[in-house]
Amino acid sequence: MDSVISDARTPLGASADNGLKIVVVGGFGVGKTTLVRSVSEIRPLNTEETMTRAGEAVDDISEVSGKTATTVAFDFGRITLDARNVLYLFGAPGQERFWFLWDRLFSGTLGAVVLVDTRRIDDSWYAIDRLEHHGTPFIVACNDFGGPAFAPEDVREALDLDPHVPLIDCDARSRASSKQVLITLVQHIKDQYAGKDQYPGQADQAALPRQEFA
Amino acid sequence: MSRPGRDDAPDRLYTVTGGRSRSGPDSPFDLVTLVVAESDPRPGMQSEHVAILRMTERPTAVVEVAAELRLPVSITKILLSDLLAAGRVSARHPYTAAVPRPDLLEQVLVGLRNL
Repeated sequence: MDSVISDARTPLGASADNGLKIVVVGGFGVGKTTLVRSVSEIRPLNTEETMTRAGEAVDDISEVSGKTATTVAFDFGRITLDARNVLYLFGAPGQERFWFLWDRLFSGTLGAVVLVDTRRIDDSWYAIDRLEHHGTPFIVACNDFGGPAFAPEDVREALDLDPHVPLIDCDARSRASSKQVLITLVQHIKDQYAGKDQYPGQADQAALPRQEFA
Repeated sequence: MSRPGRDDAPDRLYTVTGGRSRSGPDSPFDLVTLVVAESDPRPGMQSEHVAILRMTERPTAVVEVAAELRLPVSITKILLSDLLAAGRVSARHPYTAAVPRPDLLEQVLVGLRNL
């Protein structure tokens, strides 16, 4: 079933009562918005959040001393899953100031997709480190830019990725491929919370993502 | 596309919230809280409140309201808190839990496979 993307507002059904979040994180130009657009029932929208530092709890990731405000812009799309559940898909930059706002914006997120350009693999290290720090379940998806294919084991090694984190290839322009990325993530989340794919030392952290609000 | 809020003079943001800059730590609104209008706009209401009541005739997430108003999320939450306190909108908060229920994850998978 293909949904029609319209420029006009496409209202939700009156019975919708549960919003869910999945975040797509990646460097500039890696295809986050393209992936969101491929599966969204609305044209991706853009908004931003600003956090003033004064009076806010200071997180240990804050390294931008001297700044009084942090602003992060992000895109989002929407997928109506059924009569009650609506999934919001957020495309967000991976830079440092974004992580300062993670708890405020994405507390309670189901999980994250780290979208990787294998030509610029270094861009992804920081995002992976932060997601592990936050205890957020995630998968890594390598967007196909038509260059030489890298062997999965090489990408995994370059990212220093834990063996239990799924690593897949995708084409963010393709609806079917982007849909498969989301299914892979949710299946991984399900497996992880069911106690599979865990190993000593990570189980406690993996099972309890941080839920506090900034 | 211009970014909401960024291109506005700061005094617009000041004016729409009566000078308040954030909704406080006890704001009940999540990015994906679904907001539903409980009344029609009234003459004399602040234009942002009118716009919110019109766009939430059907459930609409906080983040969608912010994008439509072209205002930062934090400012939007202040406006929504005012309307909630006045009983003009209701809020359907996400079922947050430290660990998502397996049946909810299964519903998400079914929904995604049906795309």
